[in-house]
Amino acid sequence: MANSHKYTTHIVRAGLEKRYKKEARFRRMGLAAIIMGLIFLSMLFISIIGNGYTAFWQTFVQLEIHLDASVIDPERTRDPEIISAADFGGIVKKSLRDMYPEVSGRRDKRTLYRLVSSGASYYLQDYVVANPEQIGSTIQLWVPADDDVDMLMKGHFDRDKPEAERRIKDNQIAWVDKLVDQGRVESRFNKTFFTAGDSREPELAGIWGAATGSFFTLVVTLLLAFPLGVATAVYLEEFAPQNKWTDLIEVNINNLAAVPSIVFGLLGLAVFINFFGMPRSAPLVGGMVLTLMTLPTIIIASRAALKSVPPSIREAALGIGASKMQMVFHHVLPLAMPGMLTGTIIGMAQALGESAPLLMIGMVAFIVDIPTSAMDPSTVLPVQIYLWADSPERAFVERTSAAIMVLLMFLITMNALAVLLRKKFERRW
Amino acid sequence: MSAIALIFTLALLAVFSYWLGRKRSFAVVNGEAWKLHSLPSYYGFYTAIWCGIPALFVLAIWMFFESSIITHLVVAGLPEDIRSLTPDRLNLVVNDIKNLVTGNIVSAEVDPSMRAAADHYIHLSNISRAALTVLVLVLAIAGALLSMRTIRREKRARNAVESIVKIFLIASSTIAIFTTIGIVLSVLFEAIRFFETVPLTSFLFGLEWSPQMAIREDQVGSSGAFGAIPLFAGTLLISFIAMLVAVPIGLMSAIYLAEYAGKKVRAVAKPLLEILAGIPTVVYGFFAALTVAPFIRDSGGLIGLDVSSESALAAGLVMGIMIIPFVSSLSDDVINAVPQAMRDGSEGLGATKSETIKRVIIPAALPGIVGGILLAVSRAIGETMIVVMAAGLSANLTANPLEAVTTVTVQIVTLLVGDQEFDSPKTLAAFALGLLLFVVTLILNVIALHVVRKYREQYE
Repeated sequence: MANSHKYTTHIVRAGLEKRYKKEARFRRMGLAAIIMGLIFLSMLFISIIGNGYTAFWQTFVQLEIHLDASVIDPERTRDPEIISAADFGGIVKKSLRDMYPEVSGRRDKRTLYRLVSSGASYYLQDYVVANPEQIGSTIQLWVPADDDVDMLMKGHFDRDKPEAERRIKDNQIAWVDKLVDQGRVESRFNKTFFTAGDSREPELAGIWGAATGSFFTLVVTLLLAFPLGVATAVYLEEFAPQNKWTDLIEVNINNLAAVPSIVFGLLGLAVFINFFGMPRSAPLVGGMVLTLMTLPTIIIASRAALKSVPPSIREAALGIGASKMQMVFHHVLPLAMPGMLTGTIIGMAQALGESAPLLMIGMVAFIVDIPTSAMDPSTVLPVQIYLWADSPERAFVERTSAAIMVLLMFLITMNALAVLLRKKFERRW
Repeated sequence: MSAIALIFTLALLAVFSYWLGRKRSFAVVNGEAWKLHSLPSYYGFYTAIWCGIPALFVLAIWMFFESSIITHLVVAGLPEDIRSLTPDRLNLVVNDIKNLVTGNIVSAEVDPSMRAAADHYIHLSNISRAALTVLVLVLAIAGALLSMRTIRREKRARNAVESIVKIFLIASSTIAIFTTIGIVLSVLFEAIRFFETVPLTSFLFGLEWSPQMAIREDQVGSSGAFGAIPLFAGTLLISFIAMLVAVPIGLMSAIYLAEYAGKKVRAVAKPLLEILAGIPTVVYGFFAALTVAPFIRDSGGLIGLDVSSESALAAGLVMGIMIIPFVSSLSDDVINAVPQAMRDGSEGLGATKSETIKRVIIPAALPGIVGGILLAVSRAIGETMIVVMAAGLSANLTANPLEAVTTVTVQIVTLLVGDQEFDSPKTLAAFALGLLLFVVTLILNVIALHVVRKYREQYE
């Protein structure tokens, strides 16, 4: 007996070291998994921020422009309409030719014109319309540089590469260097990025149009999804009898929560657009599709919030003579509201980041104008990101990353709000 | 009045009639409100509902049918030669007329008959708008006045209001069912039309996918083959890679967080990992296309491998990262649901923590974990943006993760984005793929939810 006892502990002792090693290894594997996850997260952020932070600045070039009265306003009317109809593009080109008199040949000249953005003529137009007294004189005007020049100044093009492999050619670099030497190049805050709609020219493209579209879409989603979601949750939690019909509704909600988002897009295309004839690309339709998509999230969160209200509240209300409806709307619902709002904000954040179903209903068009209502064709921030990510220009890479940063900012704010709300109103009964 | 102005007016009228109804209820009992059956505000709501709801209902129905009826009338008024056009051409003409009405540029020269039709259209819609305005306002006012007249001392206003609210609650809760029906019907109908041209068997078992249809008879390279096997293979390949990344990392981090990590580590690491779940998929797609795919291609080049720049590996890897928090939070839930007594028992017998986890907790939590993984697989199959941006378009039938493959969702997007004619097999194919996607994910979800629920019941 004593012998065998000794024998067992012997085996255990002998295996112990190995088992402890295994234990430590397993623990390290767990830690490594978490660290891997965090590394992926930080790589994502580093890649986006590293690519995108430069987009908040834009290179501007100072041009010396002679405002030729015979071109702009030959009759000296000072009428803004006549002035704005003038050929400002030609004036900008001429000023470039004057600054670089050595450039000759059609092709070289055309490359020269591409030093400044094609939007430069609008800057000049605005300036002249605002200051008609300057017509006839020579002015110094800052205009945005072309995206290639911008990229060169930000160091995204490698000057040491052979010319053939570069987007920007040797002569362009020489011209830019001359401008830099003269102090005619400046990096400014990129206001256009926050105020403009989409454009084919990276230096003129902005996110305001997409942000407005996102706003309209989210408003439609919120107006539809919040009342419907709360009403469904209230019915299921407080009124619904336990029967097959209620079961069916619950199974449906749980399944809809896991249906791929693109399927909701197919539904929107087939039902809202083709069957009901609603306009394509409109935030109204987008909002309706996203409503269907976010409803399960809101319903599930709202039901959890209603469940957490203790029965004593209900009994007390009923006990002093409230009707069932009064009990729910006067007592239970206000107590469950913070939880419902938290769920709604999370659902809205989900809707804000969603793009696949919106591709299906045509919110993927190239839209320059800023939408003014929920019926105007528009796009949303994530789809704008998708569109820009497809553009070949190097300058769109940084703008895509910057747009992602803006989108993530919104999402983080919304989620932080939800967390705060939960912290502030969380109640243990 | 425009629809929005009309709705706004209706809202104002409803507020006003609430006030009227409330006042009226005081009046019928000479200000002695306790004599009323219901609280005075219920009489207000009662009047407001009768003012608003019928009018709103008529407004909605009118708006729904207005456009098609007017179009019908305008078409009926067109000259004989235009009316006898084929439906497709007639549609174009109607579109032109509508463009003329809204003042947009039309594709063809403006014909006088078109101009007349446009004027006719404007005339009709003006009449319709005026009639609608009058009808809605009359209904609203009549509803308010009539319901006000019925207010008596013993009128059961609260019951009436509450039953209407209850109808609204019930109607809202049926939306989930209608959504499901809508999804099924919308994809099913188009898919059936697709299967009229392409047989089901050649869709499900065909090995070639090239949806470009020949527009002319003699066109080259547009065979129009609709064999979906390469798409399934591509989807499965990418999902498999994603699961290879997500399951070990997600599961191990869940185990660590649930069993080893101290409170502080848990409080920091858990929300950080959950950030991954909140990042929009389009961001992952951009990350995959911009950073991960070139990195994999270049490092493959270093060791002499020929890696496509749209490799399945890049898309799958990034999709895996996206799914990590999904797997980890679901596994975390089920691991925490294993009763503490089982851990205590195992450790009391002398097992180390890892032995307890491997031999007791994981087997006990296995159904829940499997359910969670199934949900994750269904999410990977349905994920769209990452593969649209980082995976390829060409349907290669390959198991090599370094080559470009395409997926079901990528093809749905490519077939439906941009210009489309709604009757071609090309666009209908997208709905057939959608039906397939819906059915597969539905089956996965039903199984997974069932498994998870069964598992939860076991320990409750």
